[in-house]
Amino acid sequence: MIKNFAVFLLLLFVAAIFSALLVSYEPDTWLNLTALYYAERTAVDLGSANIVTAIVVTYRGLDTLGEVTVLFLSASIVGLVLARGKKQEHQQRNLAPAGELLVTGSRLLTPLIMLLGVYVFVNGHLTPGGGFQGGAIIASGVLLLLLTDPLKHFSHRLISALESIAGIFYVAIGVAGLVFAGGFLDNRILPIGELGALFSAGAIPLIYSLIGLKVGAEFSSILADLSATEEL
Amino acid sequence: MAYLVMATGFILILIGFYGALTNRNLLRMIVAFTIANTGVHLVIVAIGYMHGRTAPIIDSAVAASDAVLRIIDPVPQALVLTAIVIGVGVTALMLAYAYKLYESKRTLDIGKFTELKW
Repeated sequence: MIKNFAVFLLLLFVAAIFSALLVSYEPDTWLNLTALYYAERTAVDLGSANIVTAIVVTYRGLDTLGEVTVLFLSASIVGLVLARGKKQEHQQRNLAPAGELLVTGSRLLTPLIMLLGVYVFVNGHLTPGGGFQGGAIIASGVLLLLLTDPLKHFSHRLISALESIAGIFYVAIGVAGLVFAGGFLDNRILPIGELGALFSAGAIPLIYSLIGLKVGAEFSSILADLSATEEL
Repeated sequence: MAYLVMATGFILILIGFYGALTNRNLLRMIVAFTIANTGVHLVIVAIGYMHGRTAPIIDSAVAASDAVLRIIDPVPQALVLTAIVIGVGVTALMLAYAYKLYESKRTLDIGKFTELKW
């Protein structure tokens, strides 16, 4: 009872702070200095139609490298924590077979979902979307496969090889930017091209595709680890 | 519009806090944290919203020359993109730890884990 009262008091306090923030909030009518710079210079300097992509991949590219590293860390910790719970190879769980609707549906949908994922990250510099979104879509295709057949074995070697190669090339492109262009992860090592074309914006589509593969592999390995753990 | 989304975000954060503080079940706490996480995303996106402007993508509708006058702030969107991805990683970690805790005590009740209690 006392504990619930303390929780209630704490929530009331937080709610008071939030309502004060909400009341005092005034929407901007003009872009602030940082946003103004990005809005003015992105199309001219980097040739990327999607300004959010330009910020994520180039202006704040180092942060994105860190973010991908954090994701990699969390995927490997999930693998490490769950490693002892893995079921044995020969041990068979008796599962009810997946319904025909799910099996046929996943056969039809999985290639299309993968294709959509690739489309989303290849077009990350033109349309809403990008490597993280595309990678998540690819992992959702893997999730559909796992729902159809929970005993399906994914090659961890393949997933981790894909992930490491994407990571190495990502860093290599960053270093190439340091050598051939303005700085680490500068996208102007390749020609900028025409605004709005598929092959434009320098190295941005390349970097975002690598991020897409890496994120897709990381999410898939998390899903495979979670699915491969023994039922208690 | 921005106020509506921001208020929804704050309410979601409060719901998440309430759920995390009152529920005894680990899985319910994880769900509550995810709800609070979503609320934070909504608040950050709402801060970047500006009335009468459009998405920060330059195409036939928004020319590069008048982008400054037509687009909303792209920085919060880039931040939320990062936050969503990290949120997924954190949720996966919480689920893995919940599995481990269940394995050790065969229960998901947080009240049964008294090793660190004082």
